[in-house]
Amino acid sequence: MSITHTTFSLPARVLHWAMAVLILAMLFIGVGMVATVSEKHSWLLAIHKPLGIAILLLAIVRLVVRLRNPPPPLPGDLPALQKLAAHLSHWLLYALMIAMPLIGWAMLSAGGYPVMLSHSLRLPAILPENALVFAWLRTAHGVLAYLLFLTFLAHMGAALYHGLIRRDGVLRSMANGRARDPSPLMPDGACVVNERLTD
Amino acid sequence: MHDPQPLSHPPRNGLRWALIAGAVVVAGGAFAYVGGWLTPHRLTAQRLVDELQRNGGGVHPGYRRNHAKGVCVAGYFEGNGKASAYSTASVFAVGRTPVVGRFAIPGGNPYAPDGSVPIRSLALRFNLPNGQQWRTGMNSMPVFPVATPQAFYALQVAGEKDPATGKPDPARLAAFFAAHPETAAFRAWAKTARPSASFVTESYSGIDAFYFIDAKGQRHAVRWQMVADAANGTPAPAGDDNYLIPDLQHRLATGPQRWHLLVTLAHPGDPTDDATKAWPAERTTLDAGTLVLTSEQPQDSGPCRDINYDPTVLPAGIAISDDPLLSARSAAYADSYLRRTREEAHVPGTTAPTRTQPEAAR
Repeated sequence: MSITHTTFSLPARVLHWAMAVLILAMLFIGVGMVATVSEKHSWLLAIHKPLGIAILLLAIVRLVVRLRNPPPPLPGDLPALQKLAAHLSHWLLYALMIAMPLIGWAMLSAGGYPVMLSHSLRLPAILPENALVFAWLRTAHGVLAYLLFLTFLAHMGAALYHGLIRRDGVLRSMANGRARDPSPLMPDGACVVNERLTD
Repeated sequence: MHDPQPLSHPPRNGLRWALIAGAVVVAGGAFAYVGGWLTPHRLTAQRLVDELQRNGGGVHPGYRRNHAKGVCVAGYFEGNGKASAYSTASVFAVGRTPVVGRFAIPGGNPYAPDGSVPIRSLALRFNLPNGQQWRTGMNSMPVFPVATPQAFYALQVAGEKDPATGKPDPARLAAFFAAHPETAAFRAWAKTARPSASFVTESYSGIDAFYFIDAKGQRHAVRWQMVADAANGTPAPAGDDNYLIPDLQHRLATGPQRWHLLVTLAHPGDPTDDATKAWPAERTTLDAGTLVLTSEQPQDSGPCRDINYDPTVLPAGIAISDDPLLSARSAAYADSYLRRTREEAHVPGTTAPTRTQPEAAR
């Protein structure tokens, strides 16, 4: 049995909004901590590392949720170019939210730093010490952070475009789970489609 | 929940577009503000390192942006257990911890004459058996000239060399010192300090305060110093710009060189946030163990080359204090490390290092 669902599953929505807050915080922490010479540098750095690992774990869970619960299809009348941009940017976001913590971890390993998540909790190194590898990974970490922030800006802009200009229910399908195109069988539209029905 | 507006006639879409653009601009602007791009006068790690670079005579690719001239050393620290009552760090227990260190002189010029400054520095990385590390960067003066990163930056600006004379403008420096009375203790020390002929006869102070954390979780404010076993040496030889490394080689050839790690315990009320103020001399001092250095290697190929001696890299049992210089050092050292490793890695946009300088200058 298969029906076309029009909302994101509840776990997908919870993960989306929780990670939106965490990733956005992470980007601001990152850009702030490398610039500031105040005491904020030390405490932002202390947050950055455990938060990065938390985002990595959540991103893996989210990828599984995503693969098990296909997202609702985009509106049929959306131009092909916008559809392509939507798909590419979503997979770019997934790639970056998994790659960024791994690159950070690998970069600290290559730089010879102990990867401390707290005063006493240390993660093992995932690369041998090599300053040249550090330089490339640290450069990638910075460049990809800007790319992630720009992708976030595009994502937010596109979401608002769907919500305010097109008003096609795409934003609502992630915002509150109400169906954008209520089926007569579910008149209140407040259905969270059970993923087992869609398999 | 059908939208009442037909999609083909959206009224007031201009306002909606403005809302979208506004959200993107506000988010992007906040990011740029936090990154320091909108506030060119705010001190950032990058601006601090740029200033150190200027004072060091420009970019010397591959070299540290401060304390650029130095040499790698290696050996071990022999803990005696006396500091274990105050810190759970295993480095203080009875036993040996391997150490990779670096002697250097301050300044961004890797070719500076050894006698150009009366200060020597010693940086150490202790590799603890549990994989944690203790990194420290110490100097041969008892106090720091300034207490804040902003004042340190201002001192660098005041000390910029006048292109006409090749020396700092005395009037500018005098104006800085007049505006910064906290420099008095450092200046009193500098008046009598002479460049030493050896790294080995110097004692090196951690200057910033830290906390030791004991097994009960109790914090103890401390400062530490590596005190040389070697007797005070002769003054530096005249007419020689590179005598420190040959002296070190000569002394190590005769045997290991030793320092004692003296840890001073603060009384309540002793300042932990002001590196310009020494603590009273009568404070309790522990001898926590012996640093034994056994070998040296050039800094361009030795094991210290790829180490950023960030003093905030600490094992469990040691923690940073509220000294504002610590975070600034961490941020600036990270930027210096990134610049020089990028140069070594030939990352586009950087200048690759050249290897034509005399060995003695490394």
